[in-house]
Amino acid sequence: MTQSTTEIFDQISDLMAPFNTKSINIKPDTSFATDLELDSLSVMDMLAAIEDHFDITVPLNILPDLETVGQVAEAVKSILEE
Amino acid sequence: MTTDLFEKFQNTINDYNKLPKGELNPFTVSMDKVISPTEAIINGRKTILAGTNNYMGMTYNEECLKAAEEALRSFGTGTTGSRVLNGTYNGHKILEETLKNFYDVDHAIVFSTGYQANLGVIATLAGPNDYVVIDSDSHASIYDGCSMGNATVIRFAHNDPDNLEKRLERIRRKDPDAGILVVIEGVYSMLGDQAPIKELATAAKKHHAYVLVDEAHSIGVFGKTGRGVAQEQGVEHLVDFTVGTFSKSVGTVGGYCVSNHPQFEALRLVCRPYVFTASLPPSVVASANKALELIKDSNLRVKLLENSKRLNKGLADAGFNMGTTGESPIVAIIIDEKFTAVEYWQNMMLEGVYVNLAVPPATPNNLSLMRCSLSAAHTFEQIDYMLERFIKVGKKLGVLA
Repeated sequence: MTQSTTEIFDQISDLMAPFNTKSINIKPDTSFATDLELDSLSVMDMLAAIEDHFDITVPLNILPDLETVGQVAEAVKSILEE
Repeated sequence: MTTDLFEKFQNTINDYNKLPKGELNPFTVSMDKVISPTEAIINGRKTILAGTNNYMGMTYNEECLKAAEEALRSFGTGTTGSRVLNGTYNGHKILEETLKNFYDVDHAIVFSTGYQANLGVIATLAGPNDYVVIDSDSHASIYDGCSMGNATVIRFAHNDPDNLEKRLERIRRKDPDAGILVVIEGVYSMLGDQAPIKELATAAKKHHAYVLVDEAHSIGVFGKTGRGVAQEQGVEHLVDFTVGTFSKSVGTVGGYCVSNHPQFEALRLVCRPYVFTASLPPSVVASANKALELIKDSNLRVKLLENSKRLNKGLADAGFNMGTTGESPIVAIIIDEKFTAVEYWQNMMLEGVYVNLAVPPATPNNLSLMRCSLSAAHTFEQIDYMLERFIKVGKKLGVLA
């Protein structure tokens, strides 16, 4: 079953809770570095949670291209569709 | 306006500028004079060295000094070239033979640093169609080896065999024939915890993955003949590649990788961090060779772990929040706040004890640590002095009740 980007985004937003220490409202253009103030290690921990939730492989290689939550949702969608 | 290339470092620069200048800056320590493996003069003050990774105290070993001096006189101050051009001397060949003998393996390659060994081996072995699977707490040299290579990089939860297995299963589902290299460390440098190599390597083997173990902090320290944690745990047969360094127990500088893979020597032709750098100076090679011979038959590791148990126990009994347990030569107390940790470090310096200030991102789980790496050369008197000063400063700063 294919999931829409919105459905994926909503699940990722839930998974972000432990990393959203400033309790900001997560939107697709919320950025990890500027808005959430996450360092690279925290972003990697977050990706691990996403991997296990969707049962997919998210290589660290794509990290430089992921600046916002929306971009992660897009990346997850394309991995799920592979 | 064009971009200032340093703009991206502004946050780091701002943080750094909050630290005091001069002798109380933790990142500009300079040893005026080194007295022994355990003592130096820093800022005119006699200081016990409790954070220098000099596990065996080999830096002033008489036999190592003599070997280095002889090589220096006979072969000169440097090789001025790559191992594959003019930079391989008789000593480099002898050192590789010594390593083969030390590990009882078929092949050994010496690199110019431990960092380059990880960088070169990981980046070269795992190519564009392969996978590297690394522990989340991996050393920077492992992360950098991944960045330099072209493989797909996957990270598993620290020391968690089930988490590793899950990731290997996913890779195999998608890519049944891909080459996979799993990278772990014998001892993790910040909290001194050992990898459960048997469980991790068994998961790797189940999915036909190769296993690389970095024994940088465990060579000399663990195992009957000092080969490291894999020997200690009796699982060397599960390890395909062992990487290590000469800059800790061996008391000098340099790195190595050993393996029984029949094609291993091909790395000398294709591994860029091996090819495109100058080889180790002859004096370094000679002292490393002598130190390896000494480490193999030494019981210094017994004294080293006694020292670590003594300090770990003393600090735990005093009520510190411990990051370590005494299972390795690393001793670390957890300080709640980063700037308290800086202040702690400064006070320890004024008390004549050099320890490491370890703060994120070099540490796992965002921890700030006062970290010691002990030496077999430390006397119990020195250990007790460190303990007393740790407690004194802890009370002064309110870290201890």
